Amino acid sequence: MTLIENSIIHQQSSHCESGVMANMLNSQGFNLSESMVFGLSSALTFVYLPMVKVGGLPLIAYRMPPKTIISSVCKKLGLRLHSQKFSNADDGMKALDQALSEGKLVGLQTSVYWLPYFPEDMRFQFNAHNLTVYGKNDQGDYLISDPVFEDVVTCTADDLKRARFAKGVLAAKGLMYVIDIPTSEVDLEPLIRSSIKKTAKMMSGLILPFFGNKGIRFLAKKIKSLESKPKKDAALFLGNIVRMQEEIGTGGAGFRFMFASFLDESSQLLNDNALFEIAQYTTEIGDLWREFAMKAVLFCKNRKNVSLDDVAKSLDVCADHEAILRAKLLQWSK
Amino acid sequence: MKKDQVPQDHCKSYDGHKKLMYAVDDQGHYQGVSSSGWEVEGFATEMAVQELDNKVNEMKQAFLAGEVSPIAYYLPFFRFDLMSLAHATGFFQWQIKRHMKMDIFVKLSPKKLDIYCEVFNLSLQELKKPVFKK
Repeated sequence: MTLIENSIIHQQSSHCESGVMANMLNSQGFNLSESMVFGLSSALTFVYLPMVKVGGLPLIAYRMPPKTIISSVCKKLGLRLHSQKFSNADDGMKALDQALSEGKLVGLQTSVYWLPYFPEDMRFQFNAHNLTVYGKNDQGDYLISDPVFEDVVTCTADDLKRARFAKGVLAAKGLMYVIDIPTSEVDLEPLIRSSIKKTAKMMSGLILPFFGNKGIRFLAKKIKSLESKPKKDAALFLGNIVRMQEEIGTGGAGFRFMFASFLDESSQLLNDNALFEIAQYTTEIGDLWREFAMKAVLFCKNRKNVSLDDVAKSLDVCADHEAILRAKLLQWSK
Repeated sequence: MKKDQVPQDHCKSYDGHKKLMYAVDDQGHYQGVSSSGWEVEGFATEMAVQELDNKVNEMKQAFLAGEVSPIAYYLPFFRFDLMSLAHATGFFQWQIKRHMKMDIFVKLSPKKLDIYCEVFNLSLQELKKPVFKK
């Protein structure tokens, strides 16, 4: 077995998709931080879909659906994205080997459950986890830069094949992608402005009550109504929100800190103090989300001084402040 | 969140790993800071894992008592729910519910059993006779 090791700069990230993008760009000499990738793709949002159940609990998300980050960053920066899906798993593995032997860094969409290097308690049936393969060792195992891990990892060919071709919701169908960095200079300023504007616009929510600010308030209302449900159901409902907000790589506070980091970095890049102030305000909002998570868990722990009303109220406070943030962002990006 | 407020609570679910969080320095500028977990988040995770474990156990007992088929046991064991298993197998949810009954399961065609073997990554032997660890 021949050894292949393409050069990669592995930087630990909070989120898989933004992390893979940042690592693949940085490794090829185009410097862009994870927060920049996240911000430029206008991935920040809030979604509460009570009718879509995952493991019996409603779908809650703090970002746009999978693949949004990759596709919108490529579009914004004018990057060429070569992506391929496969109907046959062996063809998919051959194509991966081929791309690696050509010296490429290859992004893959995989299922978290079948990646053996994930800790037991973090393995769940989620098919849209991104990672970068950068080579193959002499045992035939793949060398992987999984952005949410501190260090690079390895994975056997069998396991990787299973993870790539796991069937189900959001099935990857072996999706692999390679990106070329932009050939000409990129002027980030107009891109920053337009992506902030888009994020701000989405924050008000669409006509339906499930998105953005409306979604947050809708969820708060739902939390209040859990009063009539058994205590255990209420606890599982709240626990699910906290997990979506904190456990799955969001960088804290459901991507709010990552977004603030993007604003902070942009303010330095553009030398814009007004934007820095908005970044600081966003940090405060992130802290409010963390407070909400803490209250929710205190309720689950049966603390008598925390009621469902208190939990809902602290979520409403987040919504109030995000409404103000929206106005500030719109004003700035005008 | 300030850099020095990033929780280091050594969450069990992290299994010794660390995650990257975003936090600010004294000037309000952001940095990546690694975290060994937040107790609040860890509690929520453990609650969910506990709930799953309970379900697996419940189904294991039901299977041993002959009330359900191995499919009912493997569904929570592999952290599926009816919807995700339906997507993965291509069966309808009502079909899977039927397959969870022992009398229906024993009559399933090899082709259908094969689909379950494929999705769970099990041999036919293991699918029919779950081996319980612990």
